[in-house]
Amino acid sequence: MTFEDLHLGSIVVSTVRNAPVLIFAAMAGLFAERSGVIDIGLEGKILASAFVSAAVAFATQNPWYGILAGMAVSIALATLQGYVAVTQKGNQLVAGIAINIAMSGLTFVVAQYFFQQGGRTPDLGEARLPYVTLPGSEAVADVPVLGWIWTQLLGGHSVLVYAAFLLVPLVHWLLYHTRFGLRLRACGENPHAADAAGVSVERTRYTAMLIAGALCSFSGAYLAIVQSGFFLRDMSAGMGYLALTAMVFGNWRPTFTFLGCLMFGFFNAVQIQLEGVDLPVVGRIPGALIQMVPYVVTVIVLAGLMAKSVAPKAIGVPFVKSR
Amino acid sequence: MTTNDMPRWATGIVLPILNLLSALLVAALVIHLLGEDPVESMQILINSAIVNPEGLSYTLFYASTFVFTGLAVSIAMQAGLFNIGAEGQMYFGGLGLTLAMLAFDASLPWYLLIPVGMIGAALFGGLWAFIPGYLQAKRGSHIVVTTIMFNFIAASLMNFVIVKYLIPPGEQNTASRVFSDAAALPPLNAWFPVLGDTPLNISFFLAIIALVIYGVAVSRSAWGYKLRATGLNKHAAHYAGVKISAMIIVTMLISGALAGLGAVNSIMGSTHYLSLNFVGGAGFVGIAIALMGRQHPFGIFLSSVLFGALIQGGFDLSLEKPNIPTETFIFIQGLIILFCGAMENLYAPVLIKLIKGKKG
Repeated sequence: MTFEDLHLGSIVVSTVRNAPVLIFAAMAGLFAERSGVIDIGLEGKILASAFVSAAVAFATQNPWYGILAGMAVSIALATLQGYVAVTQKGNQLVAGIAINIAMSGLTFVVAQYFFQQGGRTPDLGEARLPYVTLPGSEAVADVPVLGWIWTQLLGGHSVLVYAAFLLVPLVHWLLYHTRFGLRLRACGENPHAADAAGVSVERTRYTAMLIAGALCSFSGAYLAIVQSGFFLRDMSAGMGYLALTAMVFGNWRPTFTFLGCLMFGFFNAVQIQLEGVDLPVVGRIPGALIQMVPYVVTVIVLAGLMAKSVAPKAIGVPFVKSR
Repeated sequence: MTTNDMPRWATGIVLPILNLLSALLVAALVIHLLGEDPVESMQILINSAIVNPEGLSYTLFYASTFVFTGLAVSIAMQAGLFNIGAEGQMYFGGLGLTLAMLAFDASLPWYLLIPVGMIGAALFGGLWAFIPGYLQAKRGSHIVVTTIMFNFIAASLMNFVIVKYLIPPGEQNTASRVFSDAAALPPLNAWFPVLGDTPLNISFFLAIIALVIYGVAVSRSAWGYKLRATGLNKHAAHYAGVKISAMIIVTMLISGALAGLGAVNSIMGSTHYLSLNFVGGAGFVGIAIALMGRQHPFGIFLSSVLFGALIQGGFDLSLEKPNIPTETFIFIQGLIILFCGAMENLYAPVLIKLIKGKKG
């Protein structure tokens, strides 16, 4: 391959296809963290829901059952995090890490028990989600630019891709234009004030974790049912942490977080395109080094070299009602 | 009465044991669901990890590495820093050690090679922790996420370095060349033949020395007092004259160096070459050990032996029971972190009631 083979078009399309994993997880994290609960356990929830979605979709040959089952597991894990954060007033970071490590082991063990394929599920085949073909695709397919936009950029994706992009304005509306959103943000900024105003901080944080669990499961389902068509050991590969970083980059706001997700999706797409390409000046970059790019970018973002972020004030602090 | 007013035997011994038992109970339930007998599995595990002298030797060999990663996570925790990067720091420490060995193993005698290897490991491990520490201290980047990222970066970077520079010409195995015999740590089976052909070596004593130094430095020195003050309340510590950012950076340097030293046992004590992914999760085990041992030297030692036994016994168990692969112990590790770390006060209300009831 040479430099000319780098197709801008396919980079754009794969950016769109990479982003949903991050968008669902980042929006999940947004709910948890704006309510004051650190959600470092996104990674484990993605992994668990990816496995359960793939396993159930394979067993029932129906992707929707898979998605539902993945959601149940992810919500259960999020509730556990909520229990630690709200009821136990324990360390939320430790709880998240515990979930990530435990799920990394458990998904392998259970996958091995049921399928005996080295921690992998069988290929889903027909049980994957179908791709949406927009009406009139055939008619415009041969039109130069318009055809590409209609059939590849806008059309030809799984329904979950559209759901991910529609989720962003929905989350924005929910956070900034509803009573629930105002209360949620109040619990994350100043829980004592929220409490004095008659808002139950406990209940709000639990509700936020439920929503986070439900949203995060789509991330795992997308990874397993849409992108790969199977579950693979540790297939989340740091996506949960990337989503978290997109959120930090986006200053805990839905729209900027969405841009952060697109940015990481873009880096991911470029990374795949760069494999084995002879670039001018630097020559061929080894795959191992290209794999580092998203993580290095994350560190640069976190170092505040690209954006200055301000976290919710009460994040990670257990709420103890004052007497 | 809150958890702070409870007697020390209750918070220091009873609660951790109850938490550990809860984690093991959940693990037993999962093993039962996998169609295996938890009691029988436990017997196999104890037999092959503790009762059998060769097994015990392996248990202590693994524990020697875990003491270092446990100390690495613990010392950072004392300063209120959650270092999740021990995995990557130990991996990088392995690189430092290997570079030192490749340079000197033909020219220096064994008694100089050991300190040189240790310096190399500590230096590289410390360096890998320095950057997250610096970013936390000066730029406020959250150390949890940066150290996780540094684990991923270390994995890719080491892959690149080993494949590109360290594989000897004509070899297929993704590993450096084997060091000369002078670079091997003296094994303990020379003195205790009952240990059999096992890799347990003098780094077990190095681990004990490290535990003692840690204990003295943290609880008996002025520096340790500042360290703990930083962890308990950094605003108060700052007011009392502790330079918080310097404290964070120095603590992370030490933490990374300790994690790097974990590589000494794994490489100089056993394989004698640097291989891909040689760390194998020891850094994450360190998190569980630090939480379970409550950052106390004695607790760290006991937890390290427990995890050594889980790894050694678990390996034998996986051969006998194919439904319980070694990954089961990654799950158990997560459970231990959950119960001993995140929900450490789960049984505190019950225990408080019991103590109060006794006093009448």
